[in-house]
Amino acid sequence: MTAFHPINIALFAILVITALAIARIRQLFAAAMLSGLFSLACACIFVLHDAVDVAFTEAAVGAGMTTVLFLCTLALTDSREKSTPPRRSVPAALAALLTGAALIYASADLPKFAAADTPVQQHPLTERYLRDSATEIGIPNVVTSVLASYRGYDTLGETVVIFTAAIAVLMLLGRTAHAKTSDAVMSLHTRHRVLRVVTKLLVPFILVFALYVQFHGDYGPGGGFQAGVIFASGLILYGLVFGLEAARGVAPVRVLRRLVAAGVLIYGGVGVATLVAGGAFLDYDALDPGHPATGQHLGILLVELGVGITVAAAMLMLFLSFAGRRDAR
Amino acid sequence: MIASHYSYWVSMALMMIGLYVVMSHANLVKKLIGLNVFQVAVFMLYISLGKRADGTAPILDSAFAAYSHPLPHVLILTAIVVGVATTALGLALTVRIHEAYGTTDEDDALKRDSAQGEPR
Repeated sequence: MTAFHPINIALFAILVITALAIARIRQLFAAAMLSGLFSLACACIFVLHDAVDVAFTEAAVGAGMTTVLFLCTLALTDSREKSTPPRRSVPAALAALLTGAALIYASADLPKFAAADTPVQQHPLTERYLRDSATEIGIPNVVTSVLASYRGYDTLGETVVIFTAAIAVLMLLGRTAHAKTSDAVMSLHTRHRVLRVVTKLLVPFILVFALYVQFHGDYGPGGGFQAGVIFASGLILYGLVFGLEAARGVAPVRVLRRLVAAGVLIYGGVGVATLVAGGAFLDYDALDPGHPATGQHLGILLVELGVGITVAAAMLMLFLSFAGRRDAR
Repeated sequence: MIASHYSYWVSMALMMIGLYVVMSHANLVKKLIGLNVFQVAVFMLYISLGKRADGTAPILDSAFAAYSHPLPHVLILTAIVVGVATTALGLALTVRIHEAYGTTDEDDALKRDSAQGEPR
């Protein structure tokens, strides 16, 4: 691919224009939608840069989940911001320009884009991941091998961060009295027949796709993080169209709370199991002595399952906490 | 120089637009949107460092010899999901601030605090 590929240029242009529009526009609903568009264009850039797993996540999280959360917040607060006075904008613009100039100056030290002889590509780890992982781990998707096995500690930490954030949001917004949904909202749920029919058709496919992404992560792009978000987005779509009561009926907060913890517990439990089996913490080779590849396979499957459960339950709980706040007021 | 570095520069420009929004706007929701832009731009810079011109996605197959580096992908993949969790926490705080002060504008909230004579 040449350096100035037209697709690249077009996507970069979309990104810069969208970012400038976000900075200028004072309608916060529009800004939230533009940030979704920004994420989607960025996901396309990730595909061009061969990061298919990342693109997958960015499209599901950035364009989907984050936008829904912003819209939920705007429904609870003001949707228009005041104009920014020059006493705020001028120093901020100066600081941003100076920082940007320093970054551009420093970028002269960065290696050439996409060259094969950069320090990143020459590092010994590259060989380990891209050649030895085929025999050490035995699954084709190197991103999954690195995520769930080589850097298993790191991923456990990230899962705990998501768990903690979900708990914190629950503490801030969780006390929802299950008040009746207002008449205006109810009529919205019953009136849009096309939306309801299309949603009913789509939701099962979204959920099945999420399961495919969850269990196919070893062989293609996918894994627990993406699957969790896609699974949650299927149920969130259901909640948006059929009302929160219906969504709570499918996924009661009581159950979600336990699931968020259960996912982390499965992940940590695999670590303890490897310890009991005589290996190091999260060293899946110990799960099946004699057949390290089988052990790795089993370990990665279980760990990704834990991640998927925590992410799906946490995302659903975030949505229900924000959307439920409105009913309570 | 331009051909080999311009994609870094685009990420950096996007980062600065995000930083400008975070610093200049008083509205807390807008600040978080700016923070999101900043965050995604950082992700782009990371991913672009792992790219190889002759490479493909790091899913091993005998038909390919060169792959882009998988490590930035792993780091950013988890960072994205952690990012949405922390954004949600920020938004939850914004909702509570709005309930307590009746505004999401930080200047107005601070003004209300100083009008009540509370020590800041």
